[in-house]
Formats: sequence, C-alpha cells, structure tokens
Amino acid sequence: MALTIDAGSELRLLILPALFDEANRMRRMTVDTMRALGSVGIDTFLPDLPGCNESLAPLKTQTLSSWQEAAGRAAQTFGVTHALTIRGGALVGPAEIPCIRYAPVTGAKMLRAMLRARSIQAREAGREESLAGLAETGRKEGLDLSGWTLGAEMFRQMEDAVPVPAACTTIEQTELGSSGLWLRAEPGEDADQVRTFARLLAAAIKA
Amino acid sequence: MAIRNDGNRNQVQGRGAVADRGPAMTEESADKIGESKAMAQNRHTLDMQLRAILSDILNLDADRVASFTNETGLFGHLPELDSMAVAGLLTEMEDRLDILIEDDDVDGEMLETYGGLLAFAEAKVVGN
Repeated sequence: MALTIDAGSELRLLILPALFDEANRMRRMTVDTMRALGSVGIDTFLPDLPGCNESLAPLKTQTLSSWQEAAGRAAQTFGVTHALTIRGGALVGPAEIPCIRYAPVTGAKMLRAMLRARSIQAREAGREESLAGLAETGRKEGLDLSGWTLGAEMFRQMEDAVPVPAACTTIEQTELGSSGLWLRAEPGEDADQVRTFARLLAAAIKA
Repeated sequence: MAIRNDGNRNQVQGRGAVADRGPAMTEESADKIGESKAMAQNRHTLDMQLRAILSDILNLDADRVASFTNETGLFGHLPELDSMAVAGLLTEMEDRLDILIEDDDVDGEMLETYGGLLAFAEAKVVGN
C-alpha cells in the first residue's frame, strides 16, 4: 500500500518515511508536506515499508536490506525522478536516484533511544533490563521495542547502519526554524515547518 | 592572565573579565573570580540547553520552560513526560551535551525535579 498524490507530473518524488516510533510522530508532517508539494506540481509517493502500516508482511522477518529492496521496487513502480528520505529513511534509501535527506540519523542512535525506552518501562514495572543486556538479546533473538518487533538480523543491521551512500542534498532541522517533530513526546504538527520544508524541497528538486 | 596595578585600580587582562574591586586584588583572587565567572557562564549555558531540550520534547512554550525553578517537578508531575519521552530526553541530552548516560545514572532523583536534572547534567559535563 502507498499514499500517493499523483497528477501525472514530470517531477515525481518517492518518500521513505521515518522508521519505527519516529514514523508515528513524523506522519502528519510527511503527509502535510506531500500536499504542499502537490500544490507546486510535484507528485509524491509514500509507500508502506513491508511489515509497517497496512503491509501484511510480518515485521519480524524484515531487514534494512529488504526495506531497501522494497524502496527500489517502489521507485520503479511509480517511475519516480527523485527520492526524499526522512530521518531513518536514509538508511534504506535507493542509491541510484537523486535524493534529498531530511535530518538523517544513524541506526545506532535510533536503537539507543528505543532500547532506553524499553529499559525505563521495565524499571517502572519493577524489572531490571540493562541497555547492554537488551542489545545482547536483540543481536541473538531479536527484540520487541516500543511495540516494534525487530528480528535479530534487523537489529544487527541497525547497529551499524549509516545513511546509504548516494549523491544527496541534506536538509538539516536547523533550516526549518524550530525543533524536529520526532522529538515530541506526542505526535504533533507545525504548519510553518511544513511550509519551509516544502519550499526547500521544491527548490532542491527543481534545481 | 596579566594584572597591571594602576594606582587604586587593578585591571585584569586576558581571558578573565575586567576586575575593578579595589587595591587589595591579588593575581590569585582575580583568577578565582575569572574561574567562578566562567563556571557561572557554563552553568547558564547548560541551563539554557537543558530548558531547550525539555521545550522540544514536551512541546512546552519557551515561557513555561523559562519559569521552571529548581523545585519544579518533572517525572511524575508533567503528564507529557512518560517513559518514551524520558528516553528521548536522555538521548537528546547525550547528543547535545556530548555526555554518556549509563543505566545506573537513571534514577528517580535525577528526574524528579528540574534542579535535580540540571545538577546531574552539570556533574556529567564536568566529569567529561
């Protein structure tokens, strides 16, 4: 499944969303940005990564490699001219398409936050789960982190994952004027950020 | 640091600020003033950074976060600050303050009040 805004434009942008918990917090901004880009003649395609949202595939068997392959298939299916990766989406971006990275993040940093959330939840429930102990389990057996079931291979790939090498333009959060919505404890929206983001994206795509 | 005795006026040149505290100033005391001013400045910067992180994570406006005192309750007092938000807070502190927070560091005391969190961050930054 994919959310698409397709008016048959020449400029066609594949969007690889933020991953795991950040996906929820970035969804609103992602979709608002799609609408803003649609109004300036850029079509957008936001696929569900296998195992996420409405995909019927089990998340546990997914890896960053399988997601990157899926991203490549989506790029072909929609005939995109450009790709946008959001946060951890940079870890699975197709390497062969001109791309723009928004606030890319390493897999290790994402894992640390997710492991820490689990460790704190365990402590609240009266159990001790150390970050090191959880990571060990994750590497061997996989791990459930904030409701996301990561298989062992996904966990191991995440530990070393850095944004896929590609000739990319990077948009950092500082360019958007306020703090990243992925930081928010609750999913939020920010019309000013969306406006600036869409303007920067359109300039990069039309350059 | 150089001190020039100019009659009743001592001028401190170099990294420290100009000290104008009468003729009894010694090089040692001027250094201490310089150091304590630097520490106060570092503490102020850290305080601002920590408030900015809380503002970003809890989506509180700057005025509300600016009104936090050392006694302002955090974990258990702010409904926005659940375990996921605490995880985000600690990870963001590591990133922006360039510190490493271990499992054992995380306890109720450091998260109970703003003052506790600031003292924890300060100890971590100094120990770095």
